[in-house]
Amino acid sequence: MATLMTERKRSALTRGRLPKYTPYAIAVSAVIVAAALMALAGFNVFGWAFLAAVLFVVGNVSSSAIVEGRRKATDKLATSLVLGAFLVALLPLISVIWTVLVNGVPGLITPGFLGSSMNGVTGAVDNASVANHTPVMGGVYHALMGSVLITLWATLISVPVGLLTAIYLVEYSDGNKFSKVITFLVDVMTGIPSIVAGLFAAAFFAMILGPGTKTGFVAAVALSVLMIPVVVRSSEEMLKIVPNELREAAYALGVRKWRTIMKVVIPTAISGIASGVTLAIARVIGETAPLLVTAGFATTINTNVFAGWMASLPTFIYTQIMTPTSPSNPDPSTQRAWAAALLLIILVMLLNLGARLVARIFAPKTGR
Amino acid sequence: MFSGAALGAGALIVAVLFAVALFLIVQALPTFSAPAADITGGKGFFSYIFPIVIGTLIAATIALLIATPIGVAVALFISHYAPRKLARGLGYVVDLLAAIPSVIYGAWGASFLASELKVPYQWLADNLGWIPIFAGPASSTGKTILTAGIVLAVMVLPIIASLTREIFLQAPMLHQEAALALGATRWEMIRMAVLPFARGGIISAVMLGLGRALGETMAVALVLSSGPLIASLIRSGNQTIAAEIALDFPEAFGLRMHELIAAGLVLFLITLGVNMVARWIINRHKEFSGAN
Repeated sequence: MATLMTERKRSALTRGRLPKYTPYAIAVSAVIVAAALMALAGFNVFGWAFLAAVLFVVGNVSSSAIVEGRRKATDKLATSLVLGAFLVALLPLISVIWTVLVNGVPGLITPGFLGSSMNGVTGAVDNASVANHTPVMGGVYHALMGSVLITLWATLISVPVGLLTAIYLVEYSDGNKFSKVITFLVDVMTGIPSIVAGLFAAAFFAMILGPGTKTGFVAAVALSVLMIPVVVRSSEEMLKIVPNELREAAYALGVRKWRTIMKVVIPTAISGIASGVTLAIARVIGETAPLLVTAGFATTINTNVFAGWMASLPTFIYTQIMTPTSPSNPDPSTQRAWAAALLLIILVMLLNLGARLVARIFAPKTGR
Repeated sequence: MFSGAALGAGALIVAVLFAVALFLIVQALPTFSAPAADITGGKGFFSYIFPIVIGTLIAATIALLIATPIGVAVALFISHYAPRKLARGLGYVVDLLAAIPSVIYGAWGASFLASELKVPYQWLADNLGWIPIFAGPASSTGKTILTAGIVLAVMVLPIIASLTREIFLQAPMLHQEAALALGATRWEMIRMAVLPFARGGIISAVMLGLGRALGETMAVALVLSSGPLIASLIRSGNQTIAAEIALDFPEAFGLRMHELIAAGLVLFLITLGVNMVARWIINRHKEFSGAN
């Protein structure tokens, strides 16, 4: 029995291989050595983790290079680098969410933050609340309303245009020249910088209604330039996967083409279309640059998108950071900005989750 | 009627894209006819636009240099390294990066990242100051074009990662299995059977990322404390087109407004070119890819 074991270990198939526990052993020793080195040079968790990771990779690769040969060592190095890159990519995500949570929660739970606007909140008010250590005044109600209204109007413009274009591309065009042009331009449109979309809307309305026209509707037009291509792409993909048998069955019953599309094709694809639209809303609700040049900065509640400047959550964050309400005491403004940022992230995440929920709710019923 | 409406919507999209170009051109025209002394800087439009075009390119280049290797590696990790069950979830996590609004990245970069980078910048200025791009004195706030580039890299990363992931997943399975069967290690299999197949896709994903990095506004507007064009990446200075527009347009009027729209037109043309080339590569790739 004992001879059998030793023979198996020396067999040609397993020769020149590190035992399975090697990486674990190297990992443990790397962590210990890194802790020792960091204790000498001044301890911090980030440096410790980084040093341990580097030591682990070096140990793992060099031991493999000695025992297993160059090819295996290269493979291990590549694996470590790929995993390392993924962990590095997660760092900013964690850092951003952590920063927003830490800085945003105190402001968000301040009473009145969600229910009041910045109307009447001046530098003097902020100075007083800092001096007296009273809660920060002012809130985001006006910005929240503005964001919701502008996004709503952008959706009202984009969804019909985007959906009809997708219907044209899938159902009517038969892949002709014009449809290829549209597809190409839609692809190009997804790449338009958001600030250029804002400039377009500003320039367009400046020509029609006179220079300096800034309303919520101008902003909605700017956002729909960004939103239409997203809606077209996602609805097109969804319409394409509707089985042709369904269309043919409807035609065979003598149903007109438009009625087939309205009653058969769209209901089948509606879950995907709705979730695509929700994702598009999530994308544009966080857009800042186009709103800066089209909607102006308001501190009061304005629910009329056709007249007057309108605030929105992203521009609220931007102005509170760049031009604090009270230049001598920027802290209240910073607090409001982070609270608004937290609110915006929560909104976007809810929309992203909602997109999946919507897809499930509207999914065509199968079976009986 | 219905087909007419659908056709009309399609035509509207074409019209909108032309309108974007048209209105930008019309509103930019006064800039080109104005006397050179009236333009900001006093030396004509070209010497006004040149530094901020270069600044835009610098920021985008930094972003791509960081985001390309990491993005491709993240895509590889999700498509070929992560356990099957985890891969989908990890894909969503990377997509979350893309979901965070740009203004929040800007605020994060300005308040957190910039102050974290002060010490490394000081070190760079002290030890590598003889290289022009690290020439001191280092910025005392950390709000430099390098910080802006890093924030841009974070924003571009999910685009590159998700596009290249799609391409990697399309790589022909038979080739990969054949490579493994011949005794290739996983990395050799990827290098021989996946990367050559995906080369066109990676290039176009990087170009789409470039388009995004060129046009991204808020990250730069909030993070960078702008100034004239300088070579050093760790001093405050430089400016990008998009940030210049966002910072100045709200207060601009008259010629200044036309000037900024002209700058927007330049940005539009640059990104349009980049995106068209990227799409052209993708479409050419599609025709003879092994996937279909």
